[in-house]
Amino acid sequence: MATGVKIESGGGSSSVFGSLRYWLLTPSWLVIGFFLVAPVAMMLIYSFLTKEFRGGVIWEFSLAAYDQFIFDRGLFGDEPPKLEWTYISIFFRSIWQAFSATVLCLLIGFPTAYFIATRPIHTRPIWLFLVTIPYWVNLLIRTVSLKFLIRDSGPLNQWLISFGILDSPIHLINTNVAVQLGLFYSYLPFMVLPIYASVERYNFVLSEAAWDLYANRWTTLRYILLPSVKSGIIAGCILVFVPSLGAFLAPDLLGGAKNFMIGSLIEEQFKGNAGNWPFGAAASMILLTLVLIVLMVYARQQSRTESKYS
Amino acid sequence: MRVNNHAPNQNIVEMAQSSSEIRRFPGFLPITILCLVLLYAPLVIVMIYSFNDSRSITLWGGFSLRWYEDVFFGLEAAKFKIAAWNSLSIASMAAITSTVLATSAAVGMIRGGSFRGKPASFALISLPLMVPEIVTAVATLIFFSTIGFTRGYASILVAHIVFCIPFAYLPIAARLDGIESFYEQAALDLYASKAQAFWRILLPLMAPGILSGFLLAFIISLDDFIITNFVKGAGIETLPTAIFGSVKQGIKPNIMALSTLMLLISILLVTVSFFVGKSGNKSGR
Amino acid sequence: MGGKIQTTAIKIENVKKQFGIGENAVTALTGITIDILDNEFFTLLGPSGCGKTTLLRMIAGLESVTAGTIFLYGQEIKDLSANKRPINTVFQQYALFPHMTVLQNIGFGLKMLGKSKSEIIDRSEKMLELVQLGQFGDRRPSQLSGGQQQRVALARALAPSPKVLLLDEPLSALDLKLRQAMRVELKQIQEETGITFVFVTHDQEEALTMSDRIAVMSNGELQQIGSAQEIYEQPRNQFVAGFIGETNLFDVIIEDIQEDQAICRIGGTCISCTVTGSAVKGSTRQISIRPERLSFTSSPEDGHITGVIERLTYLGTDTQYLVQLDDGTIITVRSQNAHESGVNVQPGERIGLELGKGGARLLMN
Repeated sequence: MATGVKIESGGGSSSVFGSLRYWLLTPSWLVIGFFLVAPVAMMLIYSFLTKEFRGGVIWEFSLAAYDQFIFDRGLFGDEPPKLEWTYISIFFRSIWQAFSATVLCLLIGFPTAYFIATRPIHTRPIWLFLVTIPYWVNLLIRTVSLKFLIRDSGPLNQWLISFGILDSPIHLINTNVAVQLGLFYSYLPFMVLPIYASVERYNFVLSEAAWDLYANRWTTLRYILLPSVKSGIIAGCILVFVPSLGAFLAPDLLGGAKNFMIGSLIEEQFKGNAGNWPFGAAASMILLTLVLIVLMVYARQQSRTESKYS
Repeated sequence: MRVNNHAPNQNIVEMAQSSSEIRRFPGFLPITILCLVLLYAPLVIVMIYSFNDSRSITLWGGFSLRWYEDVFFGLEAAKFKIAAWNSLSIASMAAITSTVLATSAAVGMIRGGSFRGKPASFALISLPLMVPEIVTAVATLIFFSTIGFTRGYASILVAHIVFCIPFAYLPIAARLDGIESFYEQAALDLYASKAQAFWRILLPLMAPGILSGFLLAFIISLDDFIITNFVKGAGIETLPTAIFGSVKQGIKPNIMALSTLMLLISILLVTVSFFVGKSGNKSGR
Repeated sequence: MGGKIQTTAIKIENVKKQFGIGENAVTALTGITIDILDNEFFTLLGPSGCGKTTLLRMIAGLESVTAGTIFLYGQEIKDLSANKRPINTVFQQYALFPHMTVLQNIGFGLKMLGKSKSEIIDRSEKMLELVQLGQFGDRRPSQLSGGQQQRVALARALAPSPKVLLLDEPLSALDLKLRQAMRVELKQIQEETGITFVFVTHDQEEALTMSDRIAVMSNGELQQIGSAQEIYEQPRNQFVAGFIGETNLFDVIIEDIQEDQAICRIGGTCISCTVTGSAVKGSTRQISIRPERLSFTSSPEDGHITGVIERLTYLGTDTQYLVQLDDGTIITVRSQNAHESGVNVQPGERIGLELGKGGARLLMN
């Protein structure tokens, strides 16, 4: 029925509700267009405005926000520009943190996803359920719980001390590690689920063929399995990396002042009277651009792989 | 979703055939256990300590419900009650509105055939998912401030509706995608108007997906912190923002009790949503 | 069909269908004209992708008409939406509403038409009896077998007393025995109710056994309309000749024309073919000879055409023979195994063939 499919099957644009599609879609388009697209456009504009003293803006074009990002012009703004590392380093740290969190999720998430995908069919939903339930708990609460657990005076340290493993508490809170742990904790299910979907579709007959040709399980993993589930792994990495970049709660609650990430930097600009709205807008625009670049590269990769195989 | 099976079930045994020896990786089971432990440990600890009798947060003083009492009747109880009311009412209204919008959009997208701008339409609908939350928060704040939309209950509600739409959309669209179009065509063939075909035939068949979408949107709205924090202004709190504000001053035991309560509610809602979704795939087809 | 004047139930006038626009457009139907008569069991027959289902859906109102028009008992229905046409469809996948009981399914059309509750229940139960599922009214479709679902779909489409019933390959999912039983039932129901049936199938045996008239389609074009006998005995072109049953096709040069017969040559021997349409002496045309129209003569010398048996295949009721004629042409012959000893020829044996009168037909270009 290859060539006949389109002609013989009904539906498509002549389906019952097809002609109403624009009516049906317009409400959502309007809502999202007016309350998300327009705001982002507004934000772009704001990043080119001048800062007002008590937060807010003066409607005067200025590149000050972006300038402040990269250059240090001294206290009164009239010295020759030196490279301002503070903010740039925050961005690099965010990228690094997001990257580490992704690696951590991958190291723990891949074996977990694989394990679940190889369970008996009827038990798999239960395993998946177990892995995803924590995700449904409020992120704030999860982050607070983690903070509670790893504080200097928290249960983790208490336990380790009382079991004699440690003499004094490990200082975990307000470190890079804490933030990475927080990000890992926030987004792990996003790594597990796509990998699970890919492994579930994997045909283990391929592994059998590999064994027949003298591979062991690790070389099979490396040469046969991993390439096959690559798309799931990449999807998982994107789903962890992107939210981690812009995360706020983990760095704020677990990282403290010394571990600013982009999210904390942005949030600071809109708090009370010390804020700098254009600067916050500029930082948000940079973050958004970063994210969109990653997503577009990913989308392009996907369509290229699809057209290769279709 | 078929009423009858024309083709013999083609999902014949797949992986079960391969010897489990080939599929087994030593060390993966321990890692999985570790993963689950890591995921549940913080939550379990908080739950346990929420029953801690001692006022000191670190020393165990025996089992007690005093902190739960404190949540409901203590000093901050009024504040939390109002915040809870705000959260729940906003979540309900946002979930309903976004579910209606998402249902409409799903029918338009899935039944609309291919039209120019369809990929763009999908991108637009899923835009709230792709934009980092903090960017959405900032943009919304700036926008509301510019157009003079005073920050408060209404601004929170509007912002929530926007980001709930894609969350409601996904399960609804997935469900609709599996419903073959010949049902509504048969309805039309049997003299139903388009509205009747929708209400009597398509909607009942979509119901599990719509319910799933609603619950999902509800939970997402209930749990939102960042966007809410930005657009709420000074005079109003939702449960997450109230908890955050409290935590900033130090983690107190009543917060842990409150967290445990929220935790249990979330889990309950997800479980219900899960079983609703599953039942839709089995019975009444 | 006697002297009775038949009313035209459906008039399809030069109907075209195109999907998509511009360079991606796919033409599903090109200029189809068909008159379907009142109280007729009319079949659209053709291979997958020929456009028969598209045409059916256009009659139902589920597909739009790109060009041309459709009349129902003289009234133009082309622009009428499906729910305004007194035409009902039995869908290929049955499309029974899963969340309703069998009885509710059957009564749905009547409910939409605003009939009274008692009328709906009455009629639904009557329909249930008609398709012999009287006990199944409260079941859900998922609890029924394929054959039962098919009958519920039929009952549901008949309940609103449509002027025309459309059936889109309704039997294709059933196994052979069930299919054969249903063919008889459908034909009976059509005769009892007197409703015009328009039936779509790709199964030629089905078409031949059930239909009053058949329209053979291929690639969006109408190839031939006629009764089963006309289609089989007098195929107009190569497609019809080849699609219905088996046939031998040869390219020949017309050597002479005598009245309604054209003289041409196969295997070196002159034969006469019945002419369809026009024939020009000296032109190259194609002829069709049905294998069963050739018979063996008792000795090779008696045969009008001679050749050597290449292979024979035993088929139970008949035996099929592959014969190589003197000039190398291969021809298929079928002979009924009417006698116990059969025709009793072996591969390699030289035989003579006789062509029955009217057994060769000249095909249209």
